[in-house]
Amino acid sequence: MSDYAVEFDNVTKQFGDNVLFEQFNFNIRKNEVVSIIGPSGSGKSTLLRILMTLEGIDAGMVRVQGESLWHMQKGGAWLPADERHLRKCRGHMGMVFQHFNLFPHMTVLRNITEAPIHVLGQSKEEARANGLELLRTVGLADKADAYPSQLSGGQKQRVGIARALAMRPSILLLDEITSALDPELVDEVLEVIRKLAAEDAYTMILVTHEMYFAREISDRVCFFDAGAIVEEGPPEQIFNQPKHERTRAFLNSFLNI
Amino acid sequence: MIEFQWDWDFAWEVLPLLLDACKITLQATVLGSLLAIVIGLLLALLRRSKWKAVRYSAYWWMEFVRSTPLLVQIYFLYYVAPEWGLNLSPMVTGVLALGMHYGAYLSEVFRSGIDGVDKGQWEASIALNLSPYHTYRDVILPQALRAMIPATGNYIIAMFKETPQLSAITLLEMLQLAKIMGSENFRYLEPFTLVGLIYLVLSLIASAGIRQAERRFPKEGFTLS
Repeated sequence: MSDYAVEFDNVTKQFGDNVLFEQFNFNIRKNEVVSIIGPSGSGKSTLLRILMTLEGIDAGMVRVQGESLWHMQKGGAWLPADERHLRKCRGHMGMVFQHFNLFPHMTVLRNITEAPIHVLGQSKEEARANGLELLRTVGLADKADAYPSQLSGGQKQRVGIARALAMRPSILLLDEITSALDPELVDEVLEVIRKLAAEDAYTMILVTHEMYFAREISDRVCFFDAGAIVEEGPPEQIFNQPKHERTRAFLNSFLNI
Repeated sequence: MIEFQWDWDFAWEVLPLLLDACKITLQATVLGSLLAIVIGLLLALLRRSKWKAVRYSAYWWMEFVRSTPLLVQIYFLYYVAPEWGLNLSPMVTGVLALGMHYGAYLSEVFRSGIDGVDKGQWEASIALNLSPYHTYRDVILPQALRAMIPATGNYIIAMFKETPQLSAITLLEMLQLAKIMGSENFRYLEPFTLVGLIYLVLSLIASAGIRQAERRFPKEGFTLS
């Protein structure tokens, strides 16, 4: 059994003629909290989207909890994964999106219970009880019957987190979850993530521009640029003594804001 | 100078008969609309299939139906299909032809309605591992429906106004009856005017209904389950 929750093995990913990842290698241990920082277009979000099967790969192998994501073995041969295989692999992961992507026509509670009922086969009562518990966890127990349009950005994102957790994932993919929020709403969302990280029950991959938060919460910080990991290490090392010039320049640009 | 002499007695005499025949027109429209909605939705979904052959087949079927006259399709179903053992009554033929013809048009309406739903909704559905069935039924269609209402309504009204073409296969709908009455009484003014007015009134009512449906369609809380 692999010690890694996520493995990228010589992965190549192209968008048309533009090669983003070329023979890309990257591993994340189980229950590790990894922050990915870097400039726009460096491949941070694409990495999460490949894991969530929102983007395919052109070559290489991606493994999730030891299981190949984009390929499956049949009769000793590796074949492209079919929908059934992808669905099985997706079950390990939950994703929270930058723009929330809540279902606007459903109440907050139904946003959370929809997939557990139809995918996990939970009864309505069970899903409802779990949903309400998760809403309590994210501090929104009183918003169960509200619609997304009646919530602030921070509240929407907390519902997004509860919705992802309702699927009982072991890996949480957090894609710039505070980027679309007003500054005063950022902390309420980060507080929820802080609590989840403290539980030590999830492998978490955060793509973020919140440097102080990445520093506080992460076991490891990776600086991405042009589809490659330029530098990675414990947060103290990356933020206090970055070895690479490109990392220093990137972090300085944040300090200068 | 041409003189038009309106005969009220004759008009009152033919009106109940025309209204009675209007039931046939409405029946063909309602059944044809339901069939068109089913066919349209099916074609729209097939055009999003991951299999190229399915996508192309649906596209070419839609193009074929939209590019040939409704009357040719009606004749084909009524006169040619029996040669292959498919004997259909004029009403069933009419409903089938209207449903197929307008289903091809509605498929475009449904396709653009579905395409109009934010990409993030699809991605969230994938991330939550929802099946394609639940993605369409619970997430996409409830959001797409509102955008589909006006164009769907307009096509149904257009279909309603096309029903006189069914007289070509002996269906005794409103216009056909008006023609018979005109020829029997040597007076066409009253029956044809009344038919026109009935179409006008019903079309205006339907248009108002569509506007109301669009206005009142809930932005939140509408689901198909």
